[in-house]
Amino acid sequence: MTATGIGAPVRRREDFRFITGQGRYTDDIERPGQTYAYFLRSPHAHAAIRSIDAAAARATPGVLAVLTGDDLAADGVGGLICGWMIHSKDGTPMKAGAHPALAQGKVRYVGDHVAVVVAETLAIAKDAAEKIVVDYQVLAPVVDMNAAVKKGAPVIHDVAPDNVVYDWHLGDKAAADAAFAKAKHVTKIDLVNNRLVPNPMETRAAIGEYDGGSESFTLYTTSQNPHVARLVLSAFIGIAPEHKLRVIAPDVGGGFGSKIFIYAEETVCVWAAKKVGRPVKWTSDRTEAFLSDAHGRDHITHAELALDDKGRMLGLRVKTKANLGAYLSTFSSCVPTYLYAPLLSGQYDIPAIYCEVEGVYTNTAPVDAYRGAGRPEATFVVERIVEVAAREIGQDPAAFRKKNFIRKFPHQTPVIMAYDTGDYAASLDKALELIDYKNIGRRKRESARKGKMRGIGFSAYIEACGIAPSAAVGSLGAGVGLWESAEVRVNPVGTVEVLTGSHSHGQGHETTFAQLVCDRLGIPIDQVSIVHGDTDKVQFGMGTYGSRSGAVGMSAIAKALDKVIAKGKKVAAYALEASEADIEFKDGRFGVAGTDKSLAFGEVALQAYIAHKFSGQDLEPGLKEGAFYDPTNFTFPSGVHVCEVEIDPDTGVTRVDRWVAVDDFGVIINPMIVEGQVHGGIAQGVGQALLEGAHYDASGQLVTASYMDYCMPRADDLPSFKVDHTTTPCPSNPLGIKGCGEAGAIAAPPAVINAITDALGHEDVTMPATPQVVWRAARKAAFRTAAE
Amino acid sequence: MTTVTMTVNGKSVTANVDPRTLLAQFVRENLRLTGTHVGCDTSQCGACVVHVDGRAVKSCTVLAVSCDGASVTTIEGLANGAELHPMQAAFREHHGLQCGFCTPGMIMSAVDIVNRKGHDLDEHTIREELEGNICRCTGYHNIVKAVEAGAKAMGGTVAAGIAAE
Repeated sequence: MTATGIGAPVRRREDFRFITGQGRYTDDIERPGQTYAYFLRSPHAHAAIRSIDAAAARATPGVLAVLTGDDLAADGVGGLICGWMIHSKDGTPMKAGAHPALAQGKVRYVGDHVAVVVAETLAIAKDAAEKIVVDYQVLAPVVDMNAAVKKGAPVIHDVAPDNVVYDWHLGDKAAADAAFAKAKHVTKIDLVNNRLVPNPMETRAAIGEYDGGSESFTLYTTSQNPHVARLVLSAFIGIAPEHKLRVIAPDVGGGFGSKIFIYAEETVCVWAAKKVGRPVKWTSDRTEAFLSDAHGRDHITHAELALDDKGRMLGLRVKTKANLGAYLSTFSSCVPTYLYAPLLSGQYDIPAIYCEVEGVYTNTAPVDAYRGAGRPEATFVVERIVEVAAREIGQDPAAFRKKNFIRKFPHQTPVIMAYDTGDYAASLDKALELIDYKNIGRRKRESARKGKMRGIGFSAYIEACGIAPSAAVGSLGAGVGLWESAEVRVNPVGTVEVLTGSHSHGQGHETTFAQLVCDRLGIPIDQVSIVHGDTDKVQFGMGTYGSRSGAVGMSAIAKALDKVIAKGKKVAAYALEASEADIEFKDGRFGVAGTDKSLAFGEVALQAYIAHKFSGQDLEPGLKEGAFYDPTNFTFPSGVHVCEVEIDPDTGVTRVDRWVAVDDFGVIINPMIVEGQVHGGIAQGVGQALLEGAHYDASGQLVTASYMDYCMPRADDLPSFKVDHTTTPCPSNPLGIKGCGEAGAIAAPPAVINAITDALGHEDVTMPATPQVVWRAARKAAFRTAAE
Repeated sequence: MTTVTMTVNGKSVTANVDPRTLLAQFVRENLRLTGTHVGCDTSQCGACVVHVDGRAVKSCTVLAVSCDGASVTTIEGLANGAELHPMQAAFREHHGLQCGFCTPGMIMSAVDIVNRKGHDLDEHTIREELEGNICRCTGYHNIVKAVEAGAKAMGGTVAAGIAAE
């Protein structure tokens, strides 16, 4: 391992600009002649729009335009799309209601987009928006999923008269039922996976711009995948052809899934820029972000686990209702289906699994992927029911897990996935040692002496990421392929630019991707630039989500680097007057085998460009190679997280006292960055378990729409974490990488709830386990103990 | 419009502003110092922290006109030319940032904590004192380490830092 190669904790190259205030986020960009957009949003969860009177707003000095859904329709601008087709059990396609960027005739959630005001300043736009008179016919809203599917519930989209988007299933029902028929013990559990708001610290923003001379558009936007944004805006929404639309995602301040999607606001900014003839900028404020960013999770689940007389798992049945909100967001349909049910086998050898999922419309913001996307929901089901089952049959939860772990690989689960490799027991053993499991009894007694209740909770998670083979996801309904692209441009002086379709919004690609280049080409890291986030520079790419940038994005770079080296050998053969077969590339030099003749990488680059030593008929000049990499399988990171909590039964306050994470991410490029990803994921998972919850009241008002109401994890809510790893290299990509971005958020929630329920001695705790929830549960525990 | 004059990062600036202009807007839009970020509008997240007369304030909740005559330091004014402030260097060394959006406010708060609490900070103090700054990426683990190390490194320079403001 070199100081900057694979495996080294290289300090991040992107940090200098961020720590000195020179990051360049979308809202930092000011375009000449820039105007400001403000969106008038629906105050009602469900209403018909009888009329919109915008005359007074239009007459306000400084207002350039007030645009509504009628204007969109008149210009033939299409609606927002959902790019993953799900079919119901009966074979019918999902029921996708129209999703105009500005409401057409009806609003369906509080925050839905009614009109946009474009003005010289944001203050003028806001003032003018107050003058718009909208005549609403308020309709009964439906917020609760169970209420939404009842007969006679308000209908949100005419295409789905029962508010059911799809009624989907996966697995073999007969096999699962047969497993339950022969079960010695059945554990049943009801769970709510609480609704969350992703909350990257940078809110969404967009600047649309139109150049009349070239008839082309530019969109600066806070996107995790600018090429996908361009594709959707051109091919489906129809604003501009792809070659006339440039999408730039500059520095992006976190995403966590919420910046994958193509939203109304950026669509409107691009379209409005041409209408007003000037750049149009919109920056979300935090409350707008709460109202209109796609939310995450929000499942209601009943699950049953069948065990034999020795405590071996025989079968799992899961029935879930998933709230999809008022419209289908870009990838919403796949999250509670193909990103969820295929993970229900967890790390366990379960012969039969059957899962049913009902996707439901409600008058709430759209729900889509949030860090982990489906996999945290699956892990919560598996790791809660496994914990409860162990307790019910009186087995140690760690030993019970170990007994049921999959041990032979590859392993085909009953729910699509073929796990390629792993060593689940190794991670568990290491975690038990690091948490000092053998002394948990003593620590519990020490807490009890202080009047506190201590509990320990496990989460042995698996995720499928590095998404994914294009043919596989295509067969499951995806509208796109999920490969990644890379281009390696070697300059005549030997410096290297790598253009990648991945997008960095905190992951540190400018460092880790450069480490790969250093490793392969043997050149100093300061001679490598990583270029991303601009559709005019990078030809195409699928972007960053699903922990895929290492496994898929870097594999594409590795493939392109292989081609560069192969071409370099040809050039070197001419320059060194040797046979190509005799050229070896090692430590940054092309040499002739068995001789001391060699050229440095930079010298070969120069030879490739001056092209004096070979004929253009024999070899093309230049040194630039591209690659598209399509993975052969999902990757399967796994691990064991252990959480130890101490509860004060008098206040209900839960303090996370210890956290151990032992993850298997395959090959690690930069351990410092990987550990940082784990820390951040755990914090979001602990946030879900203890603090966070998006809550709508019965009228459909979001009552948690600021940081004064929605409890974000802060520094004093969390402990320091003990993070370690085990390694089984991933066999399905050339680098052996599995991915690490989502692991913490997937693993953490059940670990916390298992710890709390262990402390309390009963299972009746819901997320978020706020002091009020835990205080009530602790009282119940106290009464029970007293009764015993 | 109202005239406001203040010293920002050592330079005197005068501008005519709408009286409702917030200090965060003033430094971002009038002065184009975009390192100061706005993350929440309700003085909860701390991405907008700057120093006014040597004290950390949330600039999204301060009117620019109320800073007339004040001395303001933003993240852009923290380094001494090409030489990073010890707290900036500590954030890089300890991987105390990921997306970078909360980072300027986090660093400005951290420097303020050291100014108030000294350079020997324990984990509990750091976590309590960072209560007004939200980070969504790091889980705070490495921020805590960075603040602890940055505080120690500021040991010799803390007096100079205050004097510069």
